[in-house]
Amino acid sequence: MLNANIDTDVIMPKQFLKGIDRTGLDKGVFFDQRFRADGQPNPDFVLNQPAYAGAKFLLTGPNFGCGSSREHAVWGLYQLGIRALIGTSFAGIFFDNCMRNGVLIALVDEAQLRQIMTHDTLGKDLKLTIDLPHQEIRIEEKEAIRFEIDQLRKNVLIEGLDPIGSTLQHKDAILNFEKRHLAENPWLA
Amino acid sequence: MKTRTLYDKLIDSHSVKTLDNDGHVLLYVDRHVINEYTSPQAFSGLRQHNRDVWRPSTTLAVVDHVNSTEPNRTDFSESESGARQMKYLAENCDRFGIELFDLLDKRQGIEHVVAPEQGFVLPGMVIAAGDSHTTTYGALGAFGFGIGTSEIEHLLATQTLVYKRLKTMRVTIDGTLGLGVTSKDLVMAVIKKIGASGATGYAVEFAGSTIADLSVESRMTICNMAVEAGARGAFMAPDEKVLAYIQSKPRAPRGSLWSQAVAKWMTLKTDEGAQFDREVHLSAEAVEPMISWGISPDQADIISGFVPSPNTTYGDHQNAAIERALEYMGLEPGTNFEDIEITHAFIGSCTNSRIEDLRQVAAVLAGRKIANGVRGIIVPGSSLVRQQADEEGLVDIFKSAGFEWRQSGCSLCLAMNEDILLPEERCASSTNRNFEGRQGAGARTHLMSPAMVAAAAVSGRLKDVRKLKPK
Repeated sequence: MLNANIDTDVIMPKQFLKGIDRTGLDKGVFFDQRFRADGQPNPDFVLNQPAYAGAKFLLTGPNFGCGSSREHAVWGLYQLGIRALIGTSFAGIFFDNCMRNGVLIALVDEAQLRQIMTHDTLGKDLKLTIDLPHQEIRIEEKEAIRFEIDQLRKNVLIEGLDPIGSTLQHKDAILNFEKRHLAENPWLA
Repeated sequence: MKTRTLYDKLIDSHSVKTLDNDGHVLLYVDRHVINEYTSPQAFSGLRQHNRDVWRPSTTLAVVDHVNSTEPNRTDFSESESGARQMKYLAENCDRFGIELFDLLDKRQGIEHVVAPEQGFVLPGMVIAAGDSHTTTYGALGAFGFGIGTSEIEHLLATQTLVYKRLKTMRVTIDGTLGLGVTSKDLVMAVIKKIGASGATGYAVEFAGSTIADLSVESRMTICNMAVEAGARGAFMAPDEKVLAYIQSKPRAPRGSLWSQAVAKWMTLKTDEGAQFDREVHLSAEAVEPMISWGISPDQADIISGFVPSPNTTYGDHQNAAIERALEYMGLEPGTNFEDIEITHAFIGSCTNSRIEDLRQVAAVLAGRKIANGVRGIIVPGSSLVRQQADEEGLVDIFKSAGFEWRQSGCSLCLAMNEDILLPEERCASSTNRNFEGRQGAGARTHLMSPAMVAAAAVSGRLKDVRKLKPK
């Protein structure tokens, strides 16, 4: 998915936004490109090609996930089996949504992305492994590419922490801040 | 003392605590707006963990995305899923003590039109909402940004977000806008200049004499659409115009609170000499009416231009991307934009559906009729805007011209409700996104100002509004 600016309307079209739960969204991922008008899989779409079926990682173009805040896009990717996105830049809201749902964003530079894209086994039997603790993408367990991730995000992903529970450990700090903030800005009370 | 940008001041004043050395803080959020389609799973999460809402009075709920815009709508929804989302929102607001403007409330409307209109947004606030266009609130000197559903749940439960500081960009626009050129053209020109990812990772402050000259509503259009360049927050220092705008709103502070607030708000500006990570300059004189021709908001140009060839470079877009855009849009390279025929003209969305937008549309439509073969639809930004347009006599002009005059909602901006286009239908649209499938699978969107949509509607094709003969 290497085009620039692939937006969340394309990743998860509107007809899949109508639930009040998170289920059944794997079907919606890239729906208009993945399926033909008659509902059959579009053989030209990359994830429908045998070499890429069941892919766990996506290589993505710049500004991937731009546009709408719909977290459904990320829920759908996860349900489809996607566990990591490897790319040079991501839209802000989408980035946060991924990190909140166990979809790793592995930030690499253009040369690193090209190193994977041009590997002669890509589209055949290329095997990529992502080692989060060591921040490495390994190609065939031979070449290693270092990716960037904030320590804080990394810990949340590795330890599977409940972010709300973690924040509520700072409950007193929030209460104290709030008291002072509302006293200083009484029109906000 | 260290000089600070307005962004620094807004974030510093809302940081509960620093979380690491990478720029993460626990950010206190003053106000929160929710809608029916991105909030359900957040409330389910609270229910599941038996958690309460931290400070329910700071959240306002509005129905806007899935509802009908039929002129004679009732609270009965044809769409089962839409009905379910609206019902669940009402149940959640009831259970957690959150104020709700439901479908039949006379204040109902698009969240980013309603919140400023109610005085719910004030300078210096940090505001988050489960919608990317929350950047709109920056026009009032607030810091607004969009969040996903997991973050909505986090915000409801803790009044905070784990937030990473952004880089800063200042876009300075000086000079006088030409006749017939609007803030929509201005922001589209900015997006074209810096690209659809030009502000990704940045908070953008808009400054300069052109911004100062604009009305507050026009400024909202700019902050609203800054997200189409990737900005996770776009704002302007509050000034006298902002004060005058807020003072007339129902929830504005009164009496001594007002003077206290104003004293604070007037300090909300970037210090002289403060450094931005990036500076962009634009001359307003150089801006002309804009239209988008492609499937990304930066694939746009001045109306006097023509469809580009895939062999030219176009900002960040490679040949293949231009080719794909032209294929999707059904356009031939070299075609004059003014020769592109439309089937639909849509006025609406959180970008351009406020009363000033509707006045501009009426000024073009007065004494004119929609061209044959064009369907024109106007969806006001809120039920109060709808009422005001009626009182001002604009509605008669819209109807005489042949436009449908609908109830408020997001409608054909993202086509989540019944307002949706068919494949290959082509719409001149006052909205914010021309993505593939945005207004319906296979449908083609051309973004432009409300006045330009009106000009296209009466011409049957894209048209420079400045060329219409005076009536």
